[in-house]
Amino acid sequence: MLDSFIPSWAELLRFMPEIILSLVGSLLVMLEPVTGPKSKSMLGHVAIAGLIVALGATFVAHANPGAAFSSMIVVDGFATFFRVIVFTVGILTIFSSYQYLDREGSNRGEYYALILFSVVGQSVMVVANELIMIFIGLEISSIATYVLAGFLRDDKRNNESAIKYFLLGSFATGFLLYGIALIYGATGTTDLGEVRQAVLQSAEPPVLLLSVAAGLMFIGLGFKVSGAPFQMWTPDVYQGAPTPVTAFMSAGPKAAAFAIFLRIFVTVFESVGDRWEPLIWASALASMTIGNFAALQQKNFKRLLAYSSIAHAGYVLVALTARSEIGTASAMFYLAAYALMNMGAFAVIAHVAGKGETTVDVSDFAGLGAKQPVTAALLTIFMLSLIGVPLTGGFFGKFYIFKAALESKLLWLAILGLLNSAVAAYYYLRVLVVMYMEEPSARTENLEPMPMSLQAALWLPAAGVLFLGIFPSAVLEFASASARLLGQ
Amino acid sequence: MSFLGWITLAPLFGFFLILFLPRNNPALIRQVTLLLSLVIFAGSLGLLSGTQPDTNVPWIPDFNINFHLSIDGLSIWLVLLSTLLTPIAVLISWKYIDHRVKEYHALLFLLEFGVIGVFVAMDLFLFYVFWEVSLVPMYLLVGIWGHERRIYAAVKFFLYTMAASVLMLVAIVYVYLQAGTFSYPEILRMIGSSQLVFSPTAQFWLFLAFFVAFAVKVPLFPLHTWLPDAHVEAPTAGSVMLASVMLKLGTYGIVRFCLPMFPGAARECADWIVALAIIGIIYGALVALVQPNMKKLVAYSSVSHLGFVVLGIFSFTQYGMDGAVYQMLNHGISTGALFILVGCLYERRHSLEIKDYGGVGTVAPWLSIVFVVTTLASVGLPTLNNFVGEFMVLVGAAKVSLTWAALASLGVILSVCYMLWLYQRTFTGETPEEVRKHVYDLTPREWAALLPLVILMVWMGISAQTFLPRITASTSPILKQTTVNVPFQVQDATPASQEVADAR
Repeated sequence: MLDSFIPSWAELLRFMPEIILSLVGSLLVMLEPVTGPKSKSMLGHVAIAGLIVALGATFVAHANPGAAFSSMIVVDGFATFFRVIVFTVGILTIFSSYQYLDREGSNRGEYYALILFSVVGQSVMVVANELIMIFIGLEISSIATYVLAGFLRDDKRNNESAIKYFLLGSFATGFLLYGIALIYGATGTTDLGEVRQAVLQSAEPPVLLLSVAAGLMFIGLGFKVSGAPFQMWTPDVYQGAPTPVTAFMSAGPKAAAFAIFLRIFVTVFESVGDRWEPLIWASALASMTIGNFAALQQKNFKRLLAYSSIAHAGYVLVALTARSEIGTASAMFYLAAYALMNMGAFAVIAHVAGKGETTVDVSDFAGLGAKQPVTAALLTIFMLSLIGVPLTGGFFGKFYIFKAALESKLLWLAILGLLNSAVAAYYYLRVLVVMYMEEPSARTENLEPMPMSLQAALWLPAAGVLFLGIFPSAVLEFASASARLLGQ
Repeated sequence: MSFLGWITLAPLFGFFLILFLPRNNPALIRQVTLLLSLVIFAGSLGLLSGTQPDTNVPWIPDFNINFHLSIDGLSIWLVLLSTLLTPIAVLISWKYIDHRVKEYHALLFLLEFGVIGVFVAMDLFLFYVFWEVSLVPMYLLVGIWGHERRIYAAVKFFLYTMAASVLMLVAIVYVYLQAGTFSYPEILRMIGSSQLVFSPTAQFWLFLAFFVAFAVKVPLFPLHTWLPDAHVEAPTAGSVMLASVMLKLGTYGIVRFCLPMFPGAARECADWIVALAIIGIIYGALVALVQPNMKKLVAYSSVSHLGFVVLGIFSFTQYGMDGAVYQMLNHGISTGALFILVGCLYERRHSLEIKDYGGVGTVAPWLSIVFVVTTLASVGLPTLNNFVGEFMVLVGAAKVSLTWAALASLGVILSVCYMLWLYQRTFTGETPEEVRKHVYDLTPREWAALLPLVILMVWMGISAQTFLPRITASTSPILKQTTVNVPFQVQDATPASQEVADAR
C-alpha cells in the first residue's frame, strides 16, 4: 500500500522539468535579498539557466514516456511539444526583460521567480492527465501571471491590467471548475482516460450533463485563450501590462490553455463532439472577425497585437473545429509558430517603448527601417509571418490549419478564415509602411542601440519562424505523431 | 539539382550576397548587382539549349511537397524576359535610386527569384509560395522608393493580390485533397486519364478561385484599379518589372493552370471572360486617351494590351493561344521600354505631366527616335513585335467570332491615337524653357538599357520563327488538354498546328 505512494525514479524523471524549475524559482526568491541592486540581472541569468536545464530534462523525460504519480500526469509527445514551447517562451521573455526592467528601475529578483513559477504552472497543465491537476496547473500559472501583469506597481495601467485580469480570470476559472465538478458527477472520476472510458462504455452516456460540462469548460478555456465571446479583457490587459509580460501572456499561458483545450476536447468530449462543434465553429469565426476588424482601428501597437492575438486564437479554434488528428497537429504547429512570431514582435516593442511605455503607438516606429535596419528587418519577418506570407512559420501553420479544416469539410470556415487573414494583412502592413516609408519619429531618432539580450530575444524567434516556414518537416512529423497518440 | 534549379536559386543567392555588402558603399552594391544579374541572364540563356532536365527535390515529404521545377516553351521566354529585365532595372536605377541603395538592390534580386520561381514551379504548393514571395519585394519597392502617393498604391497592390490569392490557396488545398498530390504533372495526368474528375459545380468554383487570383494580376477589367496607382507611384524600375514581368504572372497562370485543370469551366466561362477582356481593351484605351499623366497613360495602355492576351487565350484556338503568349513577351518589351523612356524624361524634367513637355525632339533627338520606335512597336506597326502578336490574337478571335475581332481591333486603332498623340504633345512643337534647360539626350547608360529592347522589338517583329515553334510546342498540348472532359464537342485540336504552319 505504502509503496504506491513513493514515486519511482522513472516517475520523478518524468516530472523533473517542473521540479527543477520550482527549485530554481525558490532559489531566486531566496537569493533576491542577498544580491546587490547592480547584480539583479544575475538572477535572470540563473532563471535562463534553469529553463535551459529544464528543457534538457524535457528531452530526457521524453525518452522515457509514460504516466506518473498514479497517472496524474502523463509524458507523451503532446506534452513534450508544449513543454518545449512554454520553456522557450520563458527564455525569450527573460531575454527581452533585462533592458526593460532596468529602464523602469524595477529589476528585481521576484520578477524572474514569478516567470519561472508561471512556466511551472503551464508545464503542469500540459502534462496533466487529470482534471484536478489541470486545475492546479492553471491556477499556479494564472496567479503568477496576475502578479506579473501588475509588476510595476506604481504604474496605474499596470494596476488596471492586473485587476482586470485577476477578476475576470477568477470568474473563468470558476466556470472551468464547475465543468470539472459536473464531469465528476457524471462519471465519478477526474482521470481523463477513465472519464473517456466511462463515457464510451456506458450504454446511455449522460449526454446532457456532459454537454453542459463541455459548455462550462469552454467558457473557462475560451477566456484563457481569448476566444470570442470571451475576448473582452484581452486588449486592456495586454496594453496595460509591462511589454515583456504581455509577450509572455500572449504566448505561454495561451499555448498551455490550448494544450488542455485540445487534450480535454479531443479525448473526453469526443463522444459529444457533434454538440460542441457548432459552438467552436461560431467562436472561431467570431474571434477571427472581431479580432481582425477591431485591429484595423488600433493606433497603439500593443493593443493592435492584442486584437491580432484574438484573431490568431480564432485560427487555432478552426483547427479544433476540424476535430481530427491533423487538426490537432496543425493547432500544435500553429501555436509554436505563433509563440515565436509574437515573442519577437513584442521584443521589438519592448525595445522601442521607452521609459514608462510612452512610445508604443505604431506611429512611434516611423523610420525604424532607416535608423536600425536590422531591427526593422527582423520585425518585418515577424509581421510577414503574422500575415501568413510563405516561407514563414505563420504561413505554413495557417496552410496546415485550413488544410485540416477542408479535410473535415469545413469549406465555409476555411474560406471566411482565409479572407479574414487578407483583412489582417492591412494592419500588419501598416507597421511596415510606418517603419520603412515614413520619416523617423522623435523616438526612432534617438533610439539607443540594441543590447545583446534583446538581440537574442529577436534573432532566436526570427530564426525559428524562418525554420518553421522553410523546413517544417521535423516539427510537423513530431506534431502529427503526438496528435495520433493523443487521439487514442 | 539540375541547371534549372541553380538558375532559379541564383537570384536568392544574390539577395543574401547584397545583404552582406557594406551599406556605405552604394557604388559597389550597384556594380555587384549589375554584374551578378548579367551573369544570371547569361546563364539563363543556357536554358535554351536542348531539353532541360527537371529539378525535383523533396521539400516537405509529409505532404508530398516537392521542389519541382521544370521549363518548357511557355515559360522559357518569360524566364528570359525576367532575367533580361533585371540588369536593365539596375541600369535605370543607377542615378535615380540614391537612398537605401542596399535594400533596393537586394529586393530586386528577391523579386527576380520570386517571378522566375512562379514561371518554373511545377508543384502547386511551391507555385503558391513563389507567387506570394514575389509580392513582398514589389510591395516594398513601390512603397519605399515610389512617388508621393506611394503608400496608398503599395498597400492597395498588396491587398488586392493577397485577397484574391487566399481563395486560390483554398482551391489548391481542395485540389490536393482530391488528388492526393501537389505535383502538377501528376494532377494533369490524373485529369487526362479521368482518375480525377471534378463535378461541374466544383470545377466552376475552383476555376473561379484560380482565375480571380490571376485576373487581379493581369489585370482584367474590372479588377484593374490597383494597376494605374501602382504603376504611377512606382520608381521606374518598379514600373518596368511590374508591367513587364508581374502582369505576366497572371496570364501565365491562366494558361498554365486554369485551362488544363478546369477545361470545362474555362470553356463555359469563356464568353463572359472574353467580354470583360474586350471591355478592358476598349476601356483601357479610352481612358489612356485622356490621361494628362504619361505614366498613367502607359499604365492604362497595359490594361488594354493585356486584354488582348486574355482574348487570345479564351479564343481556344492555336493562333489565339500562341498570339497571346507572344503578346505577353511583346508587351513586356515594348511597355518596359516605354516606362524606361518616361522614366528618363522624369529624371530630367521631374514631371510626369504631359503639359510640361513639348519639343523634346529638338533637344534630345536620340531619345525621340527611340521613343518613336517604341511607340510604333506598341501600336502594332508591321515588322515590329506587337504586330505579330496582335495579328495572331485577332485571327484567333475571328475564327470564333468576327464581332469579337472587330471590337478588339478598335483597341488597336485607339492605341494609335493615344500613343501618337502622346508623342506629338511631348516631342514635337515648341520647346518650353524648362525643357530646354533640363532635358539632355540619352546617356550611354540609358542606351545600354534601351538598346537590347529596341533590338528585340525589331527581331521579334521580323523573325517570329525564332520564338514561335517553342511556344506552339507547349501551347498545343495545353489546348488539347482543354478538350478533355469537356461535355460539348469542339473542333479537333490537330488541324490547329496545320493552320499555324499555313500562317507562317
